Amino acid sequence: MSLDQFFFYFFGGIALLGAIGTVTRRNPVHSAVFLITSLLATAGIYLLQRAEFLFAAQIILYVGGIMVLFVFVIMLVDIDVALRRIQFTRQGWVALLLTLVLGAQLALALWMSRAGFSLPPAQPAPTQGNTELIGRVLFQNYMLPFEIASILLLVALIGAVVMSKKRI
Amino acid sequence: MALIKQIIELLLQHQWLWPLVFAVVIIAVLPLLAGYVVLMERKVMADMQVRLGPMRVGPHGLLQPIADAVKLLMKEDIIPEKADKWIFWLAPLISVTAAISAYAAVPFGPVFQIADLNVGVLFITAVMSMGIFGVILGGWSSNSHYSLLGALRSSAQVISYETAVGFALISGLLLAGTLSMKQIVMVQAEQHVWFIFLAPVGFFIYLVGSIAETNRAPFDLPEAESELVAGYMTEYSGFRWAIYFLGEYAAMIMVSSVAVTLFLGGWLRPFPSVRALDFLDFLPALLLLGTAGYCFWRTPRQPVQIQKLVMALVGVGILVVAGILGWAATLPSNLPETSNTRAGILGAFWFLLKVFAYIYTFMWVRFTFPRFRFDQLMRLGWHFLIPLSIVNVLGVGTALVLAQQMQWPKWSAIALTTAVTLLVAAWLANIELKRTLPTTRPDIGQEA
Repeated sequence: MSLDQFFFYFFGGIALLGAIGTVTRRNPVHSAVFLITSLLATAGIYLLQRAEFLFAAQIILYVGGIMVLFVFVIMLVDIDVALRRIQFTRQGWVALLLTLVLGAQLALALWMSRAGFSLPPAQPAPTQGNTELIGRVLFQNYMLPFEIASILLLVALIGAVVMSKKRI
Repeated sequence: MALIKQIIELLLQHQWLWPLVFAVVIIAVLPLLAGYVVLMERKVMADMQVRLGPMRVGPHGLLQPIADAVKLLMKEDIIPEKADKWIFWLAPLISVTAAISAYAAVPFGPVFQIADLNVGVLFITAVMSMGIFGVILGGWSSNSHYSLLGALRSSAQVISYETAVGFALISGLLLAGTLSMKQIVMVQAEQHVWFIFLAPVGFFIYLVGSIAETNRAPFDLPEAESELVAGYMTEYSGFRWAIYFLGEYAAMIMVSSVAVTLFLGGWLRPFPSVRALDFLDFLPALLLLGTAGYCFWRTPRQPVQIQKLVMALVGVGILVVAGILGWAATLPSNLPETSNTRAGILGAFWFLLKVFAYIYTFMWVRFTFPRFRFDQLMRLGWHFLIPLSIVNVLGVGTALVLAQQMQWPKWSAIALTTAVTLLVAAWLANIELKRTLPTTRPDIGQEA
């Protein structure tokens, strides 16, 4: 097993364990910590694919931004009250069934496309940096969609402020 | 001797071992460095308040950090009864791990760098932004009101100032045109200018923002003693508290390193390309010679026998370092095999000198200004620094376009846009000052 493979399974395993921990913990703060672990492991997989920019963006956005807000809100919730409530609706059997169907679907898809598993040898790494390439693609090939997405986010931002504040 | 020679030969044969060695050196030296930054802070504080500061342990208190560390290690490890034990244990570790991992991308010199990442600045921002979890989780898990309030304040503060700091970094990165920490310094060497002179407003915003992000006075509301005991650290004691402290000081040295790399020319000496000033390469050795001489002069004046001995030993140690720096300065800089050693050793000196100058500014600010009120802090961040940092990015961008596309002389373009940015700053400050200041805190205002 090469070093790359080892690290892939290492990060993959951590991501999966983190995901399982996220949904099984009763305490929301513990769930959040597991979710952070999972997101960090995903970032590690990006790094393994030589996508340094995605790696940094994943950590800055998801871990440093979104998860901080998550934890911030969770902290203000009275955990003891939240723990005593029933957290799961009694639909476990339906969920199990759906999970099994989904798993079967994924297994079938993987089985049918098994011919594509033997990937061609990797391309030599581009001489240009990853960040420069992403910038070029975003601001030249996909300029319009990028700007539209930014405006959408801005609208959502302003909407959130307007809705949450009584007096501006 | 033979063993050292063998180790050096092994290292020369296997280039990939070097980052490992650097990592070990950084992890070993950093706690010591943090301890001595604490001593420096106490000494600077004493100096500004016309006191002597620690004087008992070692000559002039030079062994105080070691005594403190030993004391903290031997203290009882107390975990509050109602605390969330698992997270209480985890939180300080997050804090210190985040701060130390960021050192992977810092160039202490042209050679001394663990990894020259393509996204160096982004990597550091990302890893440092995780340190906030140590604060939040530590404050929450302690199950105490003071801790929780401190953690809340801290996270609100860091989130608010992260935007301004990010935009300040962007203004420097626009000038550099690269995210790699090493390349940023190279570009400054090529352009014969430190970026602080091209983006002074950006540097100022970074300075203010970095003080706020490391939770230091006058922005140290998360651990305001008079209001919150010790903020998120209230329930921590002994070694866990020491780990938090290490993380805090490591983060402080880290933000200083970023500022030094991006705005103050990294490991470059002043005027690196002016041949007439090449004698500056001997300055490090001369400075340390002077310090060693001072140590020897003070040796007979120490009150206790053991302190005389320690002072003389410190003098000898500084003399050895001065010898190494002097030896490096005499190496020929045009030969490839020696130029790396020379630049590496001298570069490390200049880098650390600049980092300590920046930290000294931190302390100077801390002992000069009174603490902000929380709503004042938020207003400074959201109403002044963030708009100013956005205008500053636009200004630097405009200057670059004027210089590169319209063939303006670089300095006049920079001067014009900086003047415009300063005007905007004056306008923003004017708006803020005209607003009637609330006499009570608005966040606990009318409803209460």
